[in-house]
Amino acid sequence: MINWEFIIGHLNYWFFIVLMMTGLYIVIAKGNLVKKVVGLNIFQTSVFMFYISIGKVIGGTAPIFPVDMKIDNNIVYSNPLPHVLILTAIVVGVATTSLALALIVRIREEYGTIEEDEIFIIEHELDSSNKTPNTYKENGHF
Amino acid sequence: MVPNIFILLSILIPVFAAILNLVIRERENLRDFLTFIASVLTFFCVLAILISVGNETTKEIVLLSVIPGLKISFQVEPLGLLFALLASGLWILTHVYAVGYMRENKEAKHSKFFAYFSLAIACVMGIAFSSNMFTLFFFYEALTLTTYPLVAHKGTDSAVKGARTYFGILIGTSIGLQLTAIIWTFIISGTLDFSKGGILNGHLEGPLVTLLLFLYVFGIGKAALMPFHKWLPAAMVAPTPVSALLHAVAVVKAGVFTVLKVGIYIFGLEFLQNSGASYWLMWFAAGTIMIASLIAITKDNLKARLAYSTVSQLSYITLGVALATSMGVLGAGAHIVMHAMGKITLFMCAGSIYVVTKKTNISQMTGLGKVMPITFGAFFVGSLSIIGLPPLGGSWSKWFLLMGALEADQWFMVLILIFSSLLNIAYLLPIVAKGFFLSQEKGLPQKYSESIALVWLPPAITALCCIILFFTVGYLLDFLAPIVLPE
Amino acid sequence: MSLPISHSDSFSLVEQLPILQILVPFVSAPLIVFIGNRTIAWWITFLASLISLLISINLLLLVNDGSIISYHIGGWAPPIGIEYRVDALNAFVLVLIALISTIVAPYAYKSVGNEIPKEHHTLFYAAYLLCVTGLMGVVITGDVFNVFVFLEISSLASYVLISLGSHRDKRALTSAFNYLIIGTIGATFFVIGIGLLYMVTGTLNMIDMAGLLEGKSSSSTVRSAFAFIIVGVGLKLAIYPLHIWLPKAYTFAPSFITAFLAATATKVAIYILLRFMFTIFRPSFLEELNVLNFVILPLSIAAMIIASLIAIFQKDFKGLLAYSSIAQVGYILLGISIMSESGLTAAIIHLFNHGITKVALFMVAGAYVIKRGGSLLTNLQGAGFTMPWTSAAAVVGCLSLIGVPGTAGFISKWILVEAAIENGKWPLAIVIIFSSLLAVVYCGRVIETLYFKNGNDETIVNESPLTMLISIWIASLACIYFGLSTDITISVSDLAAKMLYLK
Repeated sequence: MINWEFIIGHLNYWFFIVLMMTGLYIVIAKGNLVKKVVGLNIFQTSVFMFYISIGKVIGGTAPIFPVDMKIDNNIVYSNPLPHVLILTAIVVGVATTSLALALIVRIREEYGTIEEDEIFIIEHELDSSNKTPNTYKENGHF
Repeated sequence: MVPNIFILLSILIPVFAAILNLVIRERENLRDFLTFIASVLTFFCVLAILISVGNETTKEIVLLSVIPGLKISFQVEPLGLLFALLASGLWILTHVYAVGYMRENKEAKHSKFFAYFSLAIACVMGIAFSSNMFTLFFFYEALTLTTYPLVAHKGTDSAVKGARTYFGILIGTSIGLQLTAIIWTFIISGTLDFSKGGILNGHLEGPLVTLLLFLYVFGIGKAALMPFHKWLPAAMVAPTPVSALLHAVAVVKAGVFTVLKVGIYIFGLEFLQNSGASYWLMWFAAGTIMIASLIAITKDNLKARLAYSTVSQLSYITLGVALATSMGVLGAGAHIVMHAMGKITLFMCAGSIYVVTKKTNISQMTGLGKVMPITFGAFFVGSLSIIGLPPLGGSWSKWFLLMGALEADQWFMVLILIFSSLLNIAYLLPIVAKGFFLSQEKGLPQKYSESIALVWLPPAITALCCIILFFTVGYLLDFLAPIVLPE
Repeated sequence: MSLPISHSDSFSLVEQLPILQILVPFVSAPLIVFIGNRTIAWWITFLASLISLLISINLLLLVNDGSIISYHIGGWAPPIGIEYRVDALNAFVLVLIALISTIVAPYAYKSVGNEIPKEHHTLFYAAYLLCVTGLMGVVITGDVFNVFVFLEISSLASYVLISLGSHRDKRALTSAFNYLIIGTIGATFFVIGIGLLYMVTGTLNMIDMAGLLEGKSSSSTVRSAFAFIIVGVGLKLAIYPLHIWLPKAYTFAPSFITAFLAATATKVAIYILLRFMFTIFRPSFLEELNVLNFVILPLSIAAMIIASLIAIFQKDFKGLLAYSSIAQVGYILLGISIMSESGLTAAIIHLFNHGITKVALFMVAGAYVIKRGGSLLTNLQGAGFTMPWTSAAAVVGCLSLIGVPGTAGFISKWILVEAAIENGKWPLAIVIIFSSLLAVVYCGRVIETLYFKNGNDETIVNESPLTMLISIWIASLACIYFGLSTDITISVSDLAAKMLYLK
């Protein structure tokens, strides 16, 4: 006997889980660094959507008080706080993404590739070569 | 107040000497002379304590309190005072010897060597005067750390390897076992102060007492109870003065001294006896005595043979504690002095032989007695003292230990003691006999060839002390008596 | 227990201390960028750290009697407004952060000059101050979402800072990228946890939330929130299997950043863990779930043993220290999972003592990078003679890691073992001691390399710059000082542990 009420009632959770797992899978499975960042974005977005969905009150309206401040107790308002929080989280997410992309650009410059397994080979050689990394030498002290 | 100042001075003067050595590293004569002065001053400080306190136990002075109940504090009591006297007195002789040895042998980095040497003495003084287990542990660890560079002094691969074993075993056992034991003691009894009659009585019973005792005696790796004895032969890569003072006197004696302290002041003799905890320890000690003696016979390297002899002799002292009778403990206390005097003689002779001939193996030392009469004479006296023949000091301590074993009704231990004396003869006297009665091998000096006086005089003096100790043992016993008297 | 809570609307300086603690580094960061001069940037960083230290010490003195300072941002009273809440625990961690930041500042002058191109200096210092701001914000705030925001500020700044090590070794870039991915996943998990808690309680204020959660421990939402938060924070603090980002990030970051982050970042994550476990979820919840015994405890033991074993085989001094850090985090978690006041005290005191020990050691590693061209153990051979003061500091640090008496490390291990035995957990005491023995091995390896390998004949002294030595030795002397005098550390961590348990 399938509990349809439970499944439908938690619809936002199901979407959230599917999106989240998709994102995580991409982060883990994909070798391309840009794709990893995309996965990370999907992963984060799933959380944002989850947050927003829990702020929804069925039958609720936008939480804006009337100008005359006569508040009718019968009107149901949605909860605005999750939206506000997520606004912050989105900003953080954008910052993270841009930083990640900037790092990828630098990695491309240094390694000549953004494929994880190729980077791994290069790094493995560096690790086992036991060579002293170059110290930054351009006019040592300031 | 007077003794308190001298306690601090006896620790600070060696530290100061160490700093001095590092500061004026270039001016050899001045540096070595000042260190000599420092060693004499340290000895006089300890003497001053002896004169003002005698064999009383003073009130502790607290230097600082780390955690409530854990404090760095000092106190004078007979056993510690005796140990301090021994170490500081022998430091003078060893320093003289070391100056000669290091110069004749053209060893490197003198100033560092003497600096660490002095620091080690400071740690020994701290151990001798500590009034609780925490202070003792603190200086015990410090002693390991300061002697580590001395063992690795030569910087060769074998020296580094030996030093690694040394460091590994000593730090490993002390942190792994001894620290556990100390924390355990602290938790059940709430204190770590040394007090007569022990602090554990009534806090622990049954097999746990045995377990704690084992944690202590094996944790005190410096006492070289088998199977944690490997560090001592490994440490023999060090220059001979180090082996002489540190690995015949300061470090190993710090180990057995700690065992004695733990036995008398942490457990208490009565408690050890009644709980039967020391029974098994006795067997371990007996085993070490026998096995180490047997190994010693097989060693051709002179210093290695002496090292195993030390391992075996140290267990006499552990055995004395394990017997837990007053005679046994007195014997153990006396043996610290007697063995130190005898063994330092032997080591200094070994060094003297090395300086002249560069030989380290016994099989290459045939006939040397004829050309180095003083060295071999001193070696002979030292050997006899280790073996325990009158009229040498070593005979008394063995006698007391035998009495102790009888007092405890341990007939088997009596047999062990007697049999091991025979083994001592087997591994020590052949060296002397070969030296005096066989003809020299090729490449050895053919006529009188002692090194400079700085090298042969100190062992001659300590050999003389072995004889003097035989006649003055009565004072020694009177001095130590308070540690076994009931409160 | 009722605690005196002080707050008022007056604008005396003392009342404003909590916000100043954040504002000083936060405002200094853009200031540096506007001024744009390298030397002035360093001075501002140093002064900001110093002022932060003074403020945090002041805060600690204010709450040292067990009181709590509650500061309302913008005058909005909690639970509506954001509250900054300072008690003994935060104040102690704040002091740690500010202290470390001040100690490493003189060191930064030469170290940064050597490892970072000139044109990046001002931005570098700005990012660093933002990182400090973030870490302090995490600690001081009493609002769970605010924790997330500050955590991300500090994390983003530290990704940038770590990646700047690429001027020395390009692997810094990939390690920063990996850290970014893992750190973001961790932070997102953390947000999910907060969201679930918000669903249940409808509040974000910690104290308010704690009150509303009472009696809801069987709710599956609360439990999954707890799981998400533990995993999220666990990624940040490098709980054993979640530690993979740490060794590379610490190895390739600029030395100065490694020293700072090693001493503070994981410690702040541990603070978050403590706050959530004890203030919000309460000890009773932990006992009911038995999560400490079944999750944290085994992981901490694994960390202490496995990470120490890995440390033994490291080729790079920094890598060795990094793995040792993972092991030391294990000690702290072990203290927490003893589940008693004494265990918590041990954890908090080790948090502090390990911080100062590691900062000293990583600074030493950085000095070798400059003078010896790298921090591989092969670079260190014989450095004991060419850099006597630096190497002596390394020895002090190593001894403190091992826990030799007379050093800070000894105190924390003593208290930890004591706590374990007191609570009848004998096997834990044995594990702690065994792990210390492993520390003997890897520290012994370092000391041996410094003093007894090859370079024995080199006698030309080539010591680190004086400014670096000053920093290194202040930290080393702190290791010894806190090993001999424990009045401050023990009383504060005792108080903090008591308050965590009682509230």
